[in-house]
Parts: sequence; structure tokens; C-alpha cells
Amino acid sequence: MEEEFTRGEGRPRLLDLIPNGRDWGSYAAAEEKKLELRLGLPGGEDWSAGQEKREHPVESALSLDHISKVRKSTNVNASSGTKRGFLVQVEPKTEGILIDNMTFQQQQLQQQQLGFLQLQAKGKESLQKTSGSAEQQSLEGKGCGPHAAHASSTKNAAVAHTASQSRAAATPVVGWPPVRSFRMNLAGTAKASAESHNGSSEAAKKLENDRKSLFVKINMDGIPIGRKVDLKAYDSYDKLSLAVDELFRGLMAAQVDPLAPSILKNSEEKHVLIGLLDGSGEYTLVYEDDEGDRMLVGDVPWDMFVSMAKRLRVLKSSDLSASSLRAVGRKRTSNS
Amino acid sequence: MTEDCDGEEKDEETRRWSPGQGGSSSRGGGSGTSSSSPLKNRCVRGRVDQPPPFSGQVLENVLENVLQFLACRRDRNAASLVCRSWYRAEARTRLELFIGNCYAVSPARALGRFRCARALVLKGRPRFADFNLVPVGWGARFSPWVAAMAAAYPWLERVCLKRMTVSDADLALLARSFSSFRDLTLICCDGFGTPGLAAVAELCRNLRVLDLIENDVEDEDEEVVDWISRFPETDTCLESLSFECVNCPVNFVALEALVARSPCLRRLRVNQHVSVGQLRCLMVRAPQLTHLGTGSFETVPVADGAAELDVAELESSFVASKSLVCLSGFRMVAPEYLPAIYPVCAGLVSLNLSYAMTTAEQLKPVILRCHNLQTFWVLDTVGDEGLRAAAKTCKHLRELRVFPFEATEDSESAVSDAGLVAISEGCQKLRSILYFCQRMTNAAVVTMSKNCQDLVVFRLCIMGRHRPDHITGEPMDEGFGAIVMNCKKLTRLAVSGLLTDKVFEYIAKYGKLVRTLSVAFAGNSDLSLRYVLEGCHKLQKLEIRDSPFGDAGLLSGIHHYYNMRFLWMNSCKLSLRGCKEVAQRLPRLVVEVFGDQNKELDSDAVEKLYLYRSLVGPRDDVPSFVKIL
Repeated sequence: MEEEFTRGEGRPRLLDLIPNGRDWGSYAAAEEKKLELRLGLPGGEDWSAGQEKREHPVESALSLDHISKVRKSTNVNASSGTKRGFLVQVEPKTEGILIDNMTFQQQQLQQQQLGFLQLQAKGKESLQKTSGSAEQQSLEGKGCGPHAAHASSTKNAAVAHTASQSRAAATPVVGWPPVRSFRMNLAGTAKASAESHNGSSEAAKKLENDRKSLFVKINMDGIPIGRKVDLKAYDSYDKLSLAVDELFRGLMAAQVDPLAPSILKNSEEKHVLIGLLDGSGEYTLVYEDDEGDRMLVGDVPWDMFVSMAKRLRVLKSSDLSASSLRAVGRKRTSNS
Repeated sequence: MTEDCDGEEKDEETRRWSPGQGGSSSRGGGSGTSSSSPLKNRCVRGRVDQPPPFSGQVLENVLENVLQFLACRRDRNAASLVCRSWYRAEARTRLELFIGNCYAVSPARALGRFRCARALVLKGRPRFADFNLVPVGWGARFSPWVAAMAAAYPWLERVCLKRMTVSDADLALLARSFSSFRDLTLICCDGFGTPGLAAVAELCRNLRVLDLIENDVEDEDEEVVDWISRFPETDTCLESLSFECVNCPVNFVALEALVARSPCLRRLRVNQHVSVGQLRCLMVRAPQLTHLGTGSFETVPVADGAAELDVAELESSFVASKSLVCLSGFRMVAPEYLPAIYPVCAGLVSLNLSYAMTTAEQLKPVILRCHNLQTFWVLDTVGDEGLRAAAKTCKHLRELRVFPFEATEDSESAVSDAGLVAISEGCQKLRSILYFCQRMTNAAVVTMSKNCQDLVVFRLCIMGRHRPDHITGEPMDEGFGAIVMNCKKLTRLAVSGLLTDKVFEYIAKYGKLVRTLSVAFAGNSDLSLRYVLEGCHKLQKLEIRDSPFGDAGLLSGIHHYYNMRFLWMNSCKLSLRGCKEVAQRLPRLVVEVFGDQNKELDSDAVEKLYLYRSLVGPRDDVPSFVKIL
């Protein structure tokens, strides 16, 4: 079980058993087929090995958030909220909309699927809290009946609710759909510019915030090549910091001596850019807001940061006092 | 064969190239056939100075004269295999060097064999790098190549790079080293900025083509250089200038002046910082343009309330540009300006609206005038209805690309199987299609396979992963199967949607000409990979992501990997053991594995695999996160 954790990227990977689609009724066949294709024998390797590599969106089947979304939209688009498939039936009795479209058999099917999902759920947080129940499930055998699934799913649902709520928006899989990054922002940029032309800058801002991805430039001192990061792909400063470290580690390694044979590379494998956020490391992460002011990353709540940050920079900590950081001096002295 | 020739063969095979020897002939007689001679026919002219040649050399003379007419590299490769004499003759007359994988051969070796090349086409990173799947710093640097060429090819004229890392220093070296340099094309490259462009503009006095296509041009805001002003003050020989991907504003006054003093300019593609008013000025200066990239195609709102450009005025500019055949740009197009292009539509062969959020209603009047259109790139905002309009008019359409406006898995897309069917019925000469959608049916794909038998490239991307036929709920196997079955000229295929092993069985059975295959989130087992590797004899490039293929599948291709340019697999079920076995059994293959950077490289699972044949063994610029087995 632990192997599966480490192989993941720290993001829970749940299975997308139920095909994305709008018409539940017609998908019964496909669903069953999917079950056939994806499931190995109970306890078989195919099951776990096959799934751990997939970077599925994180919407948890356990996410009550999604279920509430489903309730809001009452027409055909209801199913768009369920595109992640397995989000649905936690409490069959309470799922008014979708139950109507389905036969009892299909519900059973989905509950079974849910059951399997519980067992294979790899979310660190949810599993830490529910590992007891999950193990119990596996002891009982993976062919859990609907009842067992139901019971565990309600437990897990409650527990994982808060965890998955923050991940309610799709965690994008890297590089999918396969369009280049300058096409990714098309929707947001175009809408925002259209709106701002019409004079409603507030609407433009709101549209920008609704974008599914938000690529901002990030530059590092001493490295001529800048990169772009998608702020919407992270939900906390720590994750961003980790990503920035990964991003530039490769560049720094290349920078050192691009043409010489890699003699000492092994020693550089550990993280280089630590302490980006608290000023303790060699480098510090700053951002520029829409007014062009440079600010220290980490002071404002994450969501506010995402909406304000236009550009990121990784500066040498020793350069901080020399740069035009606003309120840095004040903040640092107040913290120390 | 004379003794001299024998000695020469040995020399060529064992000697390492070194700058000092560059160009000096190892042929008997040591004549002046080297780099210092004038460009044309120098290799042959040199021979005239020699003592009366042996019959073998007469033949080589003749051969070289004949081979000069052979342009296609595949033909040349075949000719070079006939015998050693032909090999040498071909090597001396090859003018364009095409290297599909920069790590398959070293600069020394390539330049050593082809001593008279005047053009280089070099490709670096695998295509999945475009989608952030290849970590930054992986490699594909131009530096070693430009350094080698600076010494070996002083007569170099053309360079075309794709997915390479090119630094400003590289561009400066390029600009300084080659006095007859004329064409620079950079596609999907990175690592350079405006300083590099400035060097090229300033130092390449004979520059004719500067095409920057989809590059990542990064500049610190404070360090942007006004590169447009660096072009020589005199009339230039510029024929093509494309800088749509350069994200910083350019000095418009300088640009206008440059266009005015470039009488040969035929292709001009500006970036989005050029407003439509400015565009008009440029068009007035260059009415002879054939290819135009329009920049933003909107008016920059001016604070002092100056009058916006009138559509009629803009239209008159297009009326005056009688030679336009290719239009692109429209980065922020204001819909009211779109009608200005009506006058040129009838002559258009290529139209790229893929940055313009045009609706079907806005598109129709434009597309209905484009009878001669052969290439059409558009956003899915036009919907099935827009595609129907295109299908109605564009009977000569050869290439269609429909890009997603909102590139996410759960976006609403206005195009679907209906649009695909419409296109297939209206545009039966279609050769290449790239289609992003959310809903597709097998029936639609089958229809296309039957209507468009000339298809060479079929790339369908159903954005939701594992999505089946939205009407029948079945996997998309039959649709793609029909494509490989019916489109007998197909060489490139990209599959998506819910797919089982069956589709790969079809591809293996019918896709005998397929050279490039892209697979994502597809298949059930190693059988799929085995089918493809055993059945597709012409397969050269295989890129796979997130599919349940493991070591068994990987090993089934051992017989074929030497025939391929590369294999890329990420997020599959590979293990280190399997990859090591491949590396062991195929010594001429470079097998690179890399994981995500926060994982230990020692764990047995392989996250990313990139393997390719190489004449020079493992490269020496491997970053820390890559392990070569």
C-alpha cells in the first residue's frame, strides 16, 4: 500500500471508472465494460499497478461538494457536474436528480464502484484518517457488497469532505489536453480583455479568477531563461514553493556547466531551493502584483495571492534589502 | 579503386574530426577542394587542378554532378548505401543536413561526413515537451552545434531549429560566423530573448528570412532590446519576417521604416502589440505582401479619444494588398474589423483564425468567400455551424485544425461529431486534420474515413479522458479502426477517447504506412503495445502517455527500435528492470529514464522513458534528473 503512496505525486488518485457523459442511461453498458477492463482479480496486481500511474483529477467520490453542485443544476447540465464519474452516489437516498435516471441495478453498480474506490483511494489525507476502515474493508475481501461500500463511503465522505473541498476544482493533469501553454490562457485573456474594453473591469477580474489555469512568468536571479507556472495547479504556498524548486533545479544544474560531463550531479539531487517562503534559505520568492509592486510571497491568504500575483521572481535573499520590496523591512523586523 | 581511395576510406572511418583538419582533403592529391573555395561546384572544380584522375575518380566526378540534382534526403540516404564511392560522392554533395534527433549524432560526426552542407535542420526535444512533460533543462542545446559549424561551415546559409534551446550567445555566434547566412527559422525553441535577435538583425547582412514561430521568447522587462532598430540602415534583402511569438512591444517607427526599405518583403507576421491602425501603415508600405500576420487586429484604446480606425479604411488597405494568400494573427480581433478582410478572401489559400473567438455568425461571411482555401485553423467557438459553412465553400481544403477555446476536460465545446461529418462531406480532398472536441461518435469518424480517402494526418483529441462514443457508449475503437483501414495513405495518427486493445490491433493490421503515432490514456494491456510494435513496420515515432503498458510491451519492440527515431512513454507501467533489459540488448540505443523531480531515481517504477538510436552513445550533457541506462 505504501508504495502506491510514494509513487503518486502527493495527489490522491481516484479512478475514473464512470465514463464522462451526460446520459447515464446509455452508459450502463460502457460502465460495466469499464469495470471489466479496469478491475483485476481481487488482490490482483493489475488493479493497483494499473491505477497508480494515472494522474486522475482529484475530485473525490467522497466530495459532498460535488454532490451539492449537482443538486443546483437541474437540467441536462446536471451531468456535467458528474463528469468525473465517480463523484456521485454517496447517499443514494438523497440523490434526487440522478436516481431518477437510473435503474436500481445501475445504482448498485456505482455503489460497487465506489466501494472499490474506497479501497484504492490514495489520498494522503483521507487515507490517513480512514486507514482503519479501509484496511478493514480489504480484510473483508475486495468484493465488497453494496452495503459495505455504502457504510464505508459515508464514513469516508464525512472525513474527506474538507480535504477534497479544497480540491473541488479539477486538478489538471499535466499536459492534457495537449495544447501549448499559450493557447491555454486563451479563454481567460480574451474574456478579460473584452470585458475591460466594455469598461467593466470588475467583470474582467472576476473572469480572470474563474479561469481554469493561470500561467504567470517566473524568473530566477542568475538564470536567463524564465519559465511559467500555473498558479491554479496549486492550492497552497508550500506546493508552489516545491514546484518552484523543481522547476529551477533543472535549470540551475544546467546552468552550472551545461557541456561538462555530470560528475557531481548525484549530490545535487536533494532540494536546493528551500526556505523560499520564510526568508531562511538562500533564495526568496517574491511576486509582483497588478500595480507592479514587489511583495513577499506568503503574507496574504492563498486565494488572494492567486488573484493578485501577476509575476513571480526568485531572488537571492541577500538582495532583498536592496530591491524595492514594499514593507519588507517592516515585516521582517516585526517577525524577528 | 586506387590506393588513395582505400587509404581515404580508413581515414574517414577512424579519424576524429578536428577543426584543424576541417575541409582539408583526405583524398589523394590534397587539392583545394576544401572550404576556402567558392560556393558552387567547388568540390568538383577542385579536381580539375589535379593530375589526370584515375577512372575511379572520373566516376566520382560524374556521380557528384548527377547527385547534385538529388534533393530528397531519403533518396540521398539510399544512394549513399550503394557503395563507398557513392557514399563519398553523396556526402560531398549533400547541401541540406537534416537531423531529426540532435542526440542521434554528434556535431563532429555529422559535420565530418557532410563537409559541404549549407543548410542545417535540427530537431531536439520530443514533441511531448510542448505539453510540459519534459522537465526544464533536459537538453537539446544548440551551443555545441553552432560552435562546431562556426569552424567547419563558414559558408552556412540556412538554419532551422525545432524544440532546441538556443541562447542569446548562440545567436550572436551564429550572426558573427557566417557571412552568407540568410535564413533563420526557430520553431518551438527557447532560451533566447531580444538581445539574441538584435545580434542577428545587426550582423547578418544578407538576412532574408527571420521566422520565429511559437518560441518561448523570455525577456526580463528591463532588458528588452530594440532589435528592430538594429537592422541595417540600407535596403535589406528581407523576404520574410515573423515575430508573432515575441511578447514584448516593438519599436513601431523602426518597424515601419524597416518594412519601407525592404523591397523584397513578402511575408510579414507581427506580434499582438501591433494595433490595427499600425498594421494599416505597414500594409501601405508593403502592398506586395503574400503572407500577413495581422497582430492584434484591434485598436488600442487611446486615452485622448483619438478616432478609431474606420472599417472602410482598413478594408481599403486589404483591397490594395492584391497578392495576399495567407492570413494569420487576429490575436485580439475586434469582430467589427473582421469584414475588412473580405476583399482578399477569394485569393486566400491559408487562413489562421485560431486566436480569434469568432462565432459562427461572424465566421460565415468570411468563410463563404474563401473558395480557394486549403489551410484553415480555427477555434471551436465557431461551432459545428461554422464548420458546416466552411465545408460548404472550401472544396479544396487540405488541412484543418480546430483548436479548443477552453482547453480543459470538462469545458463545453461547440464542435462535435456533427462538425466532423460536415467537414468530411464537404472537403473530400482533406489531407490533414487536427480536431479538438468533447463529444464524438464512431459513426462520424467512420464517415470521415470513407469520405476523405486522401487523409495523411488524422489527429483527433477528445478532451475528456476515456470518453466513449457519446451516443452508443462504446469505445472509439471502430472509428479509429476505420481510419486506418480506409485511409491508405495515412502516416500520422493521434488517438483519444475510450480505447481498448482492439484499436491497436486495427492499427497494426492496417496502418502499414503509419510513421508517427500518439497515444494517450488508451489501451488495456501490453497487447496494445505489442500489436503496434510488431505490426507497424514503418513506425518511426511513438509517443505514449498514461496507458497501462509495461515491460512486456516494451520488450516486444526490441526488433524494431533501431528503425525508429524515438519512443517516448510517460506514466505507464514500466519498470527499471525492463528498461535496463532493453538497454542491454540494444547497445546502440540510448535509453533515458527520468522521474518526477521529487522522487528518488532508485525506485523501480519508471515515470518517463525516452529512448532513441544514436551513433555516438550516451550524451554528455545529462542533467541530474536523467539517468541513462
